[in-house]
Amino acid sequence: MRPSFATFAPPAFVLGGASLLVLGNVALAASSPWHVSIFVVSLAGKYLAYAILALALDLVWGYVGILSLGHAAFFALGGYAMGMYLMREIGTRGVYGNATLPDFMVFLNWTELPWYWYGFHHFAFAALMAVLVPGALALVFGFLAFRSRVSGVYLSIITQALTFALMLAFFRNNMGFGGNNGLTDFKDIIGLPLHADGTRDGLLLATALFLSIAFLCARFVVTSRLGKILIAVRDAESRTRFLGYRPESYKLFVFVLSAMIAGIGGALYVPQVGIINPGEFSPANSIEAVIWVAVGGRGTLAGAMLGAVLVNLGKTYFTSALPDVWLYALGALFILTTLFLPQGLIRIFARKPAVTASEIPAAKERPA
Amino acid sequence: MSGRIGEASDTLLYLNGVSVSFDGFRALNNLSLVLAPGEMRAVIGPNGAGKTTMMDVITGKTRPDSGEVVFRADTDLTHLDEPAIAALGIGRKFQKPTVFEPHSVYDNLLLALAGNRTPRRALFARETAAERDRIAALLDTIRLTEHRHRRAGDLSHGQKQWLEIGMLLAQEPDLLLVDEPVAGMTDAETAETARLLREINRSKSVVVVEHDMDFVRALDVKVTVLHEGSVLSEGSIDHVSNDPKVIEVYLGR
Repeated sequence: MRPSFATFAPPAFVLGGASLLVLGNVALAASSPWHVSIFVVSLAGKYLAYAILALALDLVWGYVGILSLGHAAFFALGGYAMGMYLMREIGTRGVYGNATLPDFMVFLNWTELPWYWYGFHHFAFAALMAVLVPGALALVFGFLAFRSRVSGVYLSIITQALTFALMLAFFRNNMGFGGNNGLTDFKDIIGLPLHADGTRDGLLLATALFLSIAFLCARFVVTSRLGKILIAVRDAESRTRFLGYRPESYKLFVFVLSAMIAGIGGALYVPQVGIINPGEFSPANSIEAVIWVAVGGRGTLAGAMLGAVLVNLGKTYFTSALPDVWLYALGALFILTTLFLPQGLIRIFARKPAVTASEIPAAKERPA
Repeated sequence: MSGRIGEASDTLLYLNGVSVSFDGFRALNNLSLVLAPGEMRAVIGPNGAGKTTMMDVITGKTRPDSGEVVFRADTDLTHLDEPAIAALGIGRKFQKPTVFEPHSVYDNLLLALAGNRTPRRALFARETAAERDRIAALLDTIRLTEHRHRRAGDLSHGQKQWLEIGMLLAQEPDLLLVDEPVAGMTDAETAETARLLREINRSKSVVVVEHDMDFVRALDVKVTVLHEGSVLSEGSIDHVSNDPKVIEVYLGR
């Protein structure tokens, strides 16, 4: 990966923007017109967590052509892993004051912690699980799907079925994840109170940092020789096979990497919104993520991040100002960008998209 | 015809009684064919004669219902999949030119170069001087040196065909299967392609499936005529074009 504007501009923008918001929250008095409220800080943190999901989705959709309509499942699993830690952190401060069992388990008359909750009182363990669980699911699912050469619309449909099945499973009380209420009423994270401004500022900065790291990882992958093979698989899969490549291993690698990145996004999302429930597995969430990527610019990484932030800004505005209009506006936005900006909004900001999946080798024309 | 594996050491590829059916249609019907090392063979036949299915069977895309496909006297290809067969040294060019359009001509060849094909290796691969030399030589062979930085998708139809042949060569195969290489080419491009194939044939075995009789004549090699999934006639172009059976089903129409 050569150091270039396209590599460092997006992380600089993300980290710079997040720092300015935090500075506006910490350094300026509440009376100042430039003061940034803690509500805005957490909102920005939420957007950046979504941007991590969008980045993950763009990696598989933009570069290998796997249109996953269930990517929010990996995000939600990462979120649940973090949520389980935050539940254990509540300790005796819960309604029932049980040091071991979260409130919902006491309410269900459970007497001991299910085995799969073991270890989640350690932050490091939960953080690891937020990455490993989505990764493991993607590994098993991807192995079966890609080995059987399931692709295109069939693959999209089974990813949709996957997230739907998980949603139904997590809705059940005896799954042990809080049923339809999910996990909430969190108190603190690594000893810091979640309602304090400082913690929320820190979470925004952490999200910006992880988004930047995820971007750099993804950028390293797509600019490597492997990245070129991914595009080759996307555009001419059988050609790669007759050249001796096994497309299924390349798809599996990227799918697992993408699921792990999405899991990180979910883990950062949950402490900032204060709740995780089975609704996060809803198929509509995954489809919305596809729209972010399409609107921002598929196969550009930076475009996907931009799309996630802009579409969610629009969503925040519309759902409070004109709640009835939001879904129409989203639909119109999707159609308009597809028609008039097929390469996405990133085209407006960068004449040549940051990392183009469609034109990676681009014009480095030199006289022969 | 005797058909024991390992018997014929002067045989590179041996199809023995291969049959394939699709929904009751017999695409290949007890097809047998022997190719010597270093040979170039032209395969002709009317549409539906089984030419492409034969290629699919050899390259592992289609599993035959019966029969065996023996490569280098000791490997039965019918148990292997496409990447494994490619790794053994069989390259295939599709009828419609298939190159990686968003990539440069140079990168197309880079991805086709023989070598480790695992994702881990690809993630950390650095271009080596040896690779650059190899690509330079290939570009020279396929006459695309001055187009090396162009997007493959922007090449002309004929140039794409050559690039795909170059990608096959980059794999360093022993056997090339080439499906209708001159379809849609200008006369000049056709002549250039015949030259290219003859040049390749100096070091590799080649099977060319073609409709263009002038092109087959220009190649001046042994011809196999397929009809309804089996061999109708075999020999020089003059021999087969005077064969009454061939005239009846194909040339005489």
